[in-house]
Amino acid sequence: MDVMELPHLESPEDRVWPKLLKAETRALSFSYGNRLALKNVSVPIAEYKITALIGPSGCGKSTFLRCFNRMHDLYPGTRYEGEILLHPGSRNILARDVDPIEVRMRLAMVFQKPNPFPKSVYENVAYGLKVRGLTDRRALEEKVEQALRSAALWEEVKDRLSAQATSLSGGQQQRLCMARALATDPELLLLDEPTSALDPIATANIEELLLDLKQRVTILIVTHNMQQAARVSDWTAFMYLGELVEFGLTKQLFTNPSKKQTEDYITGRFG
Amino acid sequence: MAQRHFDEELAELKNKLARMAGLAEDQIDKALAALVTRDSALACRVIERDHKVNALDVEIDEACIELLALHQPAAHDLRLVTTAMKISTELERISDLSENISERAIELNEEPQLKPYIDIPRIGNLARVMVKESIDAFVKEDSKLARKVLVDDDLVDDLMEQLFRELLSFMMENPHTISRAIRLSFVAKYLERMADHATNIAELVVYLVEGKIIRHTSPQVPL
Amino acid sequence: MIRRRKLAEALFKALGLFSLALAIGTLALLFGALISEGAGRIDWQFLTSFPSRRATQAGILPALVGSSLIMLVTAVVGIPLGVAAAIYLEEYARRTWLTELIEVTVTNLAGVPSIIFGLLALGLFVYMLGLGTSILTASLTLALLILPVVIVTTREAIRAIPVHIREAAVALGATKWQTVFHHVLPYSATGILTGIILALSRAIGETAPIVTIGALTFIAFLPPAPVTTQPPFISFEWLMSPFTVMPIQMFAWVSRPGEDFAGNAAAAGLVLVCMTLAMNGLAIYVRYRMRKRVSW
Repeated sequence: MDVMELPHLESPEDRVWPKLLKAETRALSFSYGNRLALKNVSVPIAEYKITALIGPSGCGKSTFLRCFNRMHDLYPGTRYEGEILLHPGSRNILARDVDPIEVRMRLAMVFQKPNPFPKSVYENVAYGLKVRGLTDRRALEEKVEQALRSAALWEEVKDRLSAQATSLSGGQQQRLCMARALATDPELLLLDEPTSALDPIATANIEELLLDLKQRVTILIVTHNMQQAARVSDWTAFMYLGELVEFGLTKQLFTNPSKKQTEDYITGRFG
Repeated sequence: MAQRHFDEELAELKNKLARMAGLAEDQIDKALAALVTRDSALACRVIERDHKVNALDVEIDEACIELLALHQPAAHDLRLVTTAMKISTELERISDLSENISERAIELNEEPQLKPYIDIPRIGNLARVMVKESIDAFVKEDSKLARKVLVDDDLVDDLMEQLFRELLSFMMENPHTISRAIRLSFVAKYLERMADHATNIAELVVYLVEGKIIRHTSPQVPL
Repeated sequence: MIRRRKLAEALFKALGLFSLALAIGTLALLFGALISEGAGRIDWQFLTSFPSRRATQAGILPALVGSSLIMLVTAVVGIPLGVAAAIYLEEYARRTWLTELIEVTVTNLAGVPSIIFGLLALGLFVYMLGLGTSILTASLTLALLILPVVIVTTREAIRAIPVHIREAAVALGATKWQTVFHHVLPYSATGILTGIILALSRAIGETAPIVTIGALTFIAFLPPAPVTTQPPFISFEWLMSPFTVMPIQMFAWVSRPGEDFAGNAAAAGLVLVCMTLAMNGLAIYVRYRMRKRVSW
């Protein structure tokens, strides 16, 4: 009998952990007023990988995502605890002396519902650059084209850059939002259920795009579509009631989760 | 419980597999009986019945593909469906081997019995028990029982070796026995293959329960 | 059962139709009377003449100019103030009891009778600040009058901008200021503009506060021209000039005996109604044009 010595897959106790990190949260807690929405969440975000956040509605996954660009600062009565470190530099972006604008300049976000500005296609993509003080027309045009190409939208809109962004289809609008986010060369791309308002074909386009993009940018995606998390992500974090239940390699989490709660959720036996 | 219907379908899948396993075990029993009692008619019936097992194999495959396509199962469900698919193939092979044994039995019955059959029923019984236990392990999702099957396989290999030497000595003494001895050693080989298929099923059960792939790993590695 | 419900529905429909007919009918009657009485008097001479003791030679030139100038100054003063206040309240102010109080006050101010504004203006502008009965005083009074309306409509318009548009801007690194000026204001411009125009068209018909501050009813001269022949070529003397406005002119004629002046009053009324309608029409047009551009 021919016997081969193959390494065993890690048992749940010695789960693998990403090595190169773009960011990580350490004991992150967050509250609105006196409602604790995130409890002590520590998740690593692997560089040039896609990390998916899954969990039932209201588990705090979007709240978690929105901590990264301090979106919660827009609203009164919110409080962060713990740290979010952005590498390289290990800067804690929740620190008191950090200006949220400075943080937002390094990251970009795409929202659940396509939300292009009611301006032209060109203006939409160029906006982030203009905010960053880029005024040279040539440079702007070049960047806009690049971003639209990265978002796989260039071919469809190159002849109507001055058309209203809201005249595009839903899927195109979302790719436009993606281009708008990419134009600023973000270090980390935050996606908040980016395909939940799209049809399956537009969704497939976006997913394809994400897989292409991870060569260049680290992606953190919130999704309520587990198949989507399974298809696109490298790492998955499962959250429930504001807590991290399990974090691991996507393929491991979806074939052999270590926690009963995770198993119940991904097999649809929740509650 | 959003997945009640899916759960029912999974239970149904397990049932089908258990039914197929029962049929396969029966085939082993009858093939062995046909051999030992030199009953060619029984052997013919075993050969005829093989298509029933084949049909169940197809049915289970289709059910699994449907479950995969329509429910996109994950985690334990995914392991259950994929394992069921593979186990059904193993059972189908086991049944084929029973058919082969029956064919050899019919051929052997055309000549006088070479020797009293002692080892062959022992190996056969062992193989049948292994099949039964591996399927029990699957139905109960009992990885401990599955690991026991893995150990039993070594016993079959040993008995097989012993029988082979015995048949070899027959053939060396009297060349007229060669055709019968070779047929008997085929039967022994078939039984040994059955035990291997049972081992495969047991390994699949360990994967199903623990999520660990232990196939093609040395048994010396602590399981 | 169903028949009873149907009957009730039909009854209600009839009642509604009747009310509508009553309202429209009265309005049409009023308007018709105005037209039949005044339309004959409207000609170039009427628009370009000063008032006169003789009804046939009288015109509305000073009132027309007065109304226009006052509207202009009212807009220049009232709109920036109102919009700025609204932006502050909506975007910058933290929610405290003070802002809540201000909010309630502003909303209530929109319902205060206009003559109260006139009294306030009389005390504050005419006597305390010594601005006299001038175009400036009238404009400031009307600006005060429309301020609450402008603030309320601007806030409504700003609030109608979806949160996700703001968040999109902020996520790209825009400051609050940039978010407001690049996005919030342009996208809510439709609503703000309509609010402003409607406020102005209300102000143009206001009589009570203007009377209260002591506007003249008979005036036979125009305010000084804003452009002069001597440097610096621009003069703001007109701001301090006495004035009259359309509604007062109309009122003056109505209160005089004689058929002829009644005709003049009707004609002046017709012009005033046309001015208001034109402004409302402009509001509708602006709304239509910009709605096509902004959508989400």
